[in-house]
Amino acid sequence: MTAPAAPASSGAAFAQARSEGRAALVGYLPAGFPSYDGCIEALVAMVDAGVDVVEVGLPYSDPVIDGATIQAAAEIALRGGTRTADVLRTVEAVASAGAAVVVMTYWNPVLRYGPERFARDLRAAGGRGLITPDLIPEEAGEWMAAAASHDLDRVFLVAPSSSEQRIARTVDACRGWVYAASTMGVTGARTKTSSVAPALVERVRSATALPIGVGLGVSDGGQAAEVAAYADGVIVGSAFVRLLLDADTPSAGVKAVAGLSEELAAGVRRPARPAAG
Amino acid sequence: MTSPDATGRFGPYGGRYVPEALIAALDELTAAYEKSTTDDDFQQEFHRLLRDYAGRPSLLYDATRLSEELGARVLLKREDLNHTGAHKINNVLGQALLTQRMGKTRVIAETGAGQHGVATATAAALFGLECVVYMGEVDTHRQALNVARMRLLGATVVPVTSGSRTLKDAMNEAFRDWVTNVDDTHYVIGSVGGPHPFPVMVRDFASVIGTEARDQCLRLLDRLPDAVIACVGGGSNAMGIFHAFIADESVRLFGFEAAGEGIDTGRHAATLTGGTPGVLHGARSYVLQDEDGQTLESHSISAGLDYPGVGPEHAWLHDSGRATYRAVTDADAMAAFELLCRTEGIIPAIETAHALAGARQVAEELGPDALLLVNLSGRGDKDVATAGRWFGLLGEADAEGPGENLNPPA
Repeated sequence: MTAPAAPASSGAAFAQARSEGRAALVGYLPAGFPSYDGCIEALVAMVDAGVDVVEVGLPYSDPVIDGATIQAAAEIALRGGTRTADVLRTVEAVASAGAAVVVMTYWNPVLRYGPERFARDLRAAGGRGLITPDLIPEEAGEWMAAAASHDLDRVFLVAPSSSEQRIARTVDACRGWVYAASTMGVTGARTKTSSVAPALVERVRSATALPIGVGLGVSDGGQAAEVAAYADGVIVGSAFVRLLLDADTPSAGVKAVAGLSEELAAGVRRPARPAAG
Repeated sequence: MTSPDATGRFGPYGGRYVPEALIAALDELTAAYEKSTTDDDFQQEFHRLLRDYAGRPSLLYDATRLSEELGARVLLKREDLNHTGAHKINNVLGQALLTQRMGKTRVIAETGAGQHGVATATAAALFGLECVVYMGEVDTHRQALNVARMRLLGATVVPVTSGSRTLKDAMNEAFRDWVTNVDDTHYVIGSVGGPHPFPVMVRDFASVIGTEARDQCLRLLDRLPDAVIACVGGGSNAMGIFHAFIADESVRLFGFEAAGEGIDTGRHAATLTGGTPGVLHGARSYVLQDEDGQTLESHSISAGLDYPGVGPEHAWLHDSGRATYRAVTDADAMAAFELLCRTEGIIPAIETAHALAGARQVAEELGPDALLLVNLSGRGDKDVATAGRWFGLLGEADAEGPGENLNPPA
């Protein structure tokens, strides 16, 4: 069986979705959670069920922007012995299944690995970019250079508290797409999506033509449809992690992840969006 | 170099490694802080509080009996006599004033030994601010007295059960609170770490220690000390006393970290001695980390030094050689703790006892004519149970309870 070829970049996966008149679906899991193989299996199931871009998380000892759910997953992954090299192997396995894969990581593990070496090895593994939640463009000189020389997307975050000036500076530093953190707070599924997110997306749109992914809080198809009405990508993390934490068996967890992926994939196709010409 | 550049860099260290969501608050804080340095009203109010409320200037005490034992003349800067019992109050009063001027109504803090938490709870009571203090669950047990103090002052103390359940994890939890509640909340970081402007701001609020001590030393002896000595966890009391002396080339600066059970056992908190450059809690500095950049758990008998990071200015002073950093084991610190109790009738904090153990080393090296200035950064009331257990002074019944994680001396 031949897997479809992965898009040339994570930004290309957004463009593909846009040309189909819908938002892209982005799914996250930390590598090594619930186990090395279990993570790959769940991520491949996501892709098969309609996830366009996969975020592989690098589990870190001090995840200051993550809520209790992703903290618990990262602790399980680290206790299971997950190393940076395992994260790259996870990227390779999921990319070869045909997905556009990016890594989401706190900065210190990349700094320790060496930004240039990390960029090289991520690209070699088939990775398409890096999301850096605690690296702002002002501190990212080394990463900008390494990512450029290895053709990787650079995804920085904007927040509701970002000034126009900062939004402009941040989108200038991004390549591929922009990550809009839709609420002020840590990661975690919420019963209602953010009311400030549409305004943030509008502000970002006036500063850039890059696609905008919205994250932090989406947990079901209805919320995905709401976000897809104004954003170019819907990012889902904690809700997937929660399913795996709550599953009675690993296979039940994978099945639940596939089910949620299908629901979300239908959600991002629900709002009427004009196909881009 | 004594100041960071405009981006908060001390050489390669410092900076802002935080989520974008916090940048607006850090910019607001930087602006408020910079304005305060030239604002006469602010400075008058800050110094009035330091004098009338905290009890400054703190005394410089010529510790003659301790000097005889150590073999060099030792002056003690008595930060332990400040209101709330440690140097932490200096920084906290400054940040509480800034909080008020920024129009925020809630403060949060992390604490290890509880001294910074107590100081923050105290200032919150004084200024009528809501206060939440995050404290590792392990530390809530070994510093139970300070938990009660904070609660008496009206603060909410949240025991943190993630990770190593000590100061590092308390700081993670405080950052999570801050990113969620940044509109009305100021995060009162208690040491010279964290993202810019915290390292420079906390240093400046604490630098009254060295400024006073330098004047007092000149008035008392008409000369500068040969060495200035302090303990280093995050490093705020050390920067507070070092800063006024950095330009005095004849004055050697010594920081003593916690070697715990010994650097070679891996069970220590000596970040500059045993760590490597990295990013933790918003700043680039030295970090205790593994080959993948995962933070290692630190260990020290002293909750206040039990932290795998250190302020970026210390990293810079270390690399440039302007200050010398060494490490002191739990056992040597406790021996120095007992020595100060018995020679001077002063019970120091266990954190501070690391500086006293360091003073013994420096006295041996510099000889009997040397003049040593030691920052007596805090008092030991909070540590009486821990010390009682260490020295076997408590009966069986009393030996239960807080601080059971400690090992008696071999």
